[in-house]
Amino acid sequence: MSTVRTFIVYVADHPGVLNRVSSLFRRRGYNIESLTVGHTHLLGVSRMTAVVAIDAQGAPLLEANLYKLPEVLHVDDITMVPSLHRELVILKVAALQSVRPEVMRVVEAFRARVLELTAESLVIEATGSEEVIDSLIEGVRPYGILEMTRTGRVAMTRGNAPAFMIDGKETPAQLASRFGI
Amino acid sequence: MRTGAQILWECLIGEGVKHVFGYPGGAILPAYDALCGYPEIHHILVRHEQGATHMADGYARAGGGVGVALATSGPGATNMVTGIATAMMDSSPIVCITGQVGSKFLGTDAFQETDITGITLPITKHNYLVKRAEDIAPTLRAAFQLARSGRPGPVLVDITKDAQQSSCEFDRQSYMPFPVADCKQNIDPSQDALALDMISAAERPVILAGHGVLLSNAMDELREFAERATIPVAMTLLGIGGLPASHPFNLGMMGMHGEAWVNHAIQEADLLLAFGMRFDDRVTGTLKTYAPKAKKIHLEIDPAEVNKNVRVDVSLLGDLRQTLKRLLPSVQRVDRQAWLHHIDELKGDSAVRDIQKLPDSGHLYAAHVIHDLWRETNGNSIIVTDVGQHQMWEAQYYKHEQPRSLITSGGLGTMGFALPAAIGAKFARPDAEVWVVAGDGGFQMTMPELATAAQEHLDLNIAIINNGYLGMVRQWQEFFYDRRYSATPLLSPDFAKLAEAFGLLGLSARTREQVSPAIREAREHRGTALINFLVEQEDSVFPMVPSGAALHQMIRRPNPLVETAADA
Repeated sequence: MSTVRTFIVYVADHPGVLNRVSSLFRRRGYNIESLTVGHTHLLGVSRMTAVVAIDAQGAPLLEANLYKLPEVLHVDDITMVPSLHRELVILKVAALQSVRPEVMRVVEAFRARVLELTAESLVIEATGSEEVIDSLIEGVRPYGILEMTRTGRVAMTRGNAPAFMIDGKETPAQLASRFGI
Repeated sequence: MRTGAQILWECLIGEGVKHVFGYPGGAILPAYDALCGYPEIHHILVRHEQGATHMADGYARAGGGVGVALATSGPGATNMVTGIATAMMDSSPIVCITGQVGSKFLGTDAFQETDITGITLPITKHNYLVKRAEDIAPTLRAAFQLARSGRPGPVLVDITKDAQQSSCEFDRQSYMPFPVADCKQNIDPSQDALALDMISAAERPVILAGHGVLLSNAMDELREFAERATIPVAMTLLGIGGLPASHPFNLGMMGMHGEAWVNHAIQEADLLLAFGMRFDDRVTGTLKTYAPKAKKIHLEIDPAEVNKNVRVDVSLLGDLRQTLKRLLPSVQRVDRQAWLHHIDELKGDSAVRDIQKLPDSGHLYAAHVIHDLWRETNGNSIIVTDVGQHQMWEAQYYKHEQPRSLITSGGLGTMGFALPAAIGAKFARPDAEVWVVAGDGGFQMTMPELATAAQEHLDLNIAIINNGYLGMVRQWQEFFYDRRYSATPLLSPDFAKLAEAFGLLGLSARTREQVSPAIREAREHRGTALINFLVEQEDSVFPMVPSGAALHQMIRRPNPLVETAADA
């Protein structure tokens, strides 16, 4: 029984590391729902949020396979951990003067922001859970979506646990140098 | 100051490397030029870069160290792919070094540029692209450490031509290899206790001994464990040699071409102890009916292998030898004579494998050849096989007494592996007797390496099991494709004459009585000797578990050619 699980993967900020992780997902047949990557506050360390449809038995295997990549520093399966999930969407919506007030009501209802206004369109931006983003998209769809991009999920656990510590002793830079990264 | 090329060689020397298998070319020319300054390195010129990787692989498997292969960019690098994948599947520690076009030309489709780090990404433990001389030493140290740490495997280091040519500071004297990295060892006393309780309670346990026994040098611990707890041991193909074949608890090889009693014992077992093996499909048959009565305990270094194919009840992660050492003092002595006796009954007459006295029917079977080779060498030779029928016959009829004495491509099943891997094995253990056992098909895939053996004046022995077919494929066609022998009949050169063309000794044998004399002549010959054994053309490997069948549903030998009590 596959469920959607969320993994936080800390990796060395190194050319090709995204390719290595995505290649692993591909060759082991994991189905990626979304994969985001960006820098962290730690020099040399990037962070990925991977959302994968996988069964509960497969999850530890995925983790173990990720750890076989030397540039993977740390993996957290936060599926069962209380977490904040966010996604960002940018939408270009057809919004002639005649319907603009209606579109604006949708924008306000979802607490989206208007980034650009032209005579015939609006560019709006919103962040929220995937469900909220889905609803926003459905809300503006009747007016005509001209263009859309969404980032996929980024996630962070709730509470004050430290974001990233490897065995409590090695700094990411030390760890990276141990692996010759 | 040193050039990157000099640093490369000095790092290899610092890692204890004495032999490098390679082939020069444009992008690796600076390294080859610098090689002239390092006479302590013996470079072996191969005839194809695939051969270099198999040699490095055979070198690592026979000697226990790290094998090194060297090639140029582009086609040199891509020719290595098969050998790298072979080493990956069989956890063999090799470091492959490739030249790359100058860093300014990367990504421009320059002459002989190929993205070898991209190509080998899924078939290496890790790979590196090095663009600066300063990065060569730290990268090579990391590469060697990674290759030999944890579950061993291949690592590729791609070095641009300008990195080889430019210079930087390098202190040769202070170069120290990184130690083998600690593997993830999850020591949980409650899991140990659970495992020990299960072992004590078991009435019909079987140990499944895999390649991990050899890779972690756990041969003594395996024997002690089996003897103390009175547990029979079944071997995977790559586990052969982990326990001497003559040990009374050694059941022999399990799986698709395992003997019937081995597979039956596994199917009837109430406990399986998997030691450094990964429940490959060639070992389990269909998983639905695999060892249905057995609880399973998995001792494994790679967490990604636990619960991958077979769900286990307890897993003890870490180096096998360390885990066995930890458990041994607490392993209870349990009398399991009834179970051992039952397995003996399963063997029946078919356990008698000594066919020396079999009357000569005028036919030469591959089993005769392997059997006589075993007799002549007392089971103490290093045998390097190719892939196919002869490989399975070797595993059945050659009784290996020593660890690291069967070198074979198990996971990837790479035809063409034997000859180059044997050349590597001979360099790793020059005092050992090394035999290539290959089929007529696979041998022709890497046959040009005969020239390498000749140029290096190697004392190798080669047995070609020549049946005029791609035999294992023909067997599948016979059993499962209504004997439609599509593309399996095979024309071969006269291998004995071919050997002579390389300046080697070439012999042929086509009857039973010619087998042993030919083997003796080859053994006595100083230098490489090749024997072309012309065997029965449509012989098959039995027993056989058809693909997708249960492990105990074997196709048995139609006539007891070599397994009746009267043969003894």
